[in-house]
Amino acid sequence: MSEFADQVSQFMGPFLGRVPHNKQLGLRFIANGSNWVELQLPYAPHLLVDPDHGIWASGPIITLMDTCVGMASMLTRGAFEPHATLDLRTDYVRSPKPQATVTARGECYRMTRQIAFVRGLAHDGDPADPIAHVTGTFMFAASKLAGGWQ
Amino acid sequence: MTSPALATLLRQPTGRLDLLPYAALLDLSFELVGEELQLVMPFAETLIGSPGRLHGGSIGGLLELAGLLTVIAAQPEGEALPRVRPVTVTVDFMREGATQETRAVASITKLGRRVVNVHAQAWQGSRDKPIAAAHINFVLDWPER
Repeated sequence: MSEFADQVSQFMGPFLGRVPHNKQLGLRFIANGSNWVELQLPYAPHLLVDPDHGIWASGPIITLMDTCVGMASMLTRGAFEPHATLDLRTDYVRSPKPQATVTARGECYRMTRQIAFVRGLAHDGDPADPIAHVTGTFMFAASKLAGGWQ
Repeated sequence: MTSPALATLLRQPTGRLDLLPYAALLDLSFELVGEELQLVMPFAETLIGSPGRLHGGSIGGLLELAGLLTVIAAQPEGEALPRVRPVTVTVDFMREGATQETRAVASITKLGRRVVNVHAQAWQGSRDKPIAAAHINFVLDWPER
């Protein structure tokens, strides 16, 4: 792993706890590589939209995935630069198991001067049997680029 | 079951959405403005995702709920209600969410019996400057007769 990725590994756990909305939902940092991040969202009753059927709200999954692929973009960028989500599409391929912990894995598969292209999945125990897939893009401010970025 | 109670609630001119635990977490309420169902998310420190900005996930969550509730409110009164679940949710973020109240509405592009296509929009202060929009496809699961 790169030096930056190592640095991010140290930083990510405490950082997640300082972001108020991530803290409110209970997001946890699990691991990262040089272009990917793994996070977890443990089940809590307030994450549901329909308690009678145990159905999760979409918001917590979007928050989890947005945070996860956003961090993957930053890792791939190799610097702590301001960036913003341009769009994020989530496909819910099946419902999570009742009271499952949801794990997210997101990666940045292409970085250009201004745009990070990301994808990820969420699962409830088996990454081969995901509950959701996401794809999205993040904008970086090109003007803030340090010289030499390809 | 949540849905009949929700459908009844949504016929009121205004109310809180505490029937939905995640909506309670976001402190959401609704207002009927004319025929339009508007969701209101007051600002709270807990919604912040980066300094001075709302988390995109909380805005996405608000948009999805605006869509869901608009679909529930559009079902015929008195009939058994379907379970409504989003299958695809695509959110575009246009402006950063400032530390203030956010409102969201949704419009139904096509109301089918099995699939409902929805467009939702969120704004702060000025409605002609949306901060985010979503395109959501919901699938309806009808109870067996």
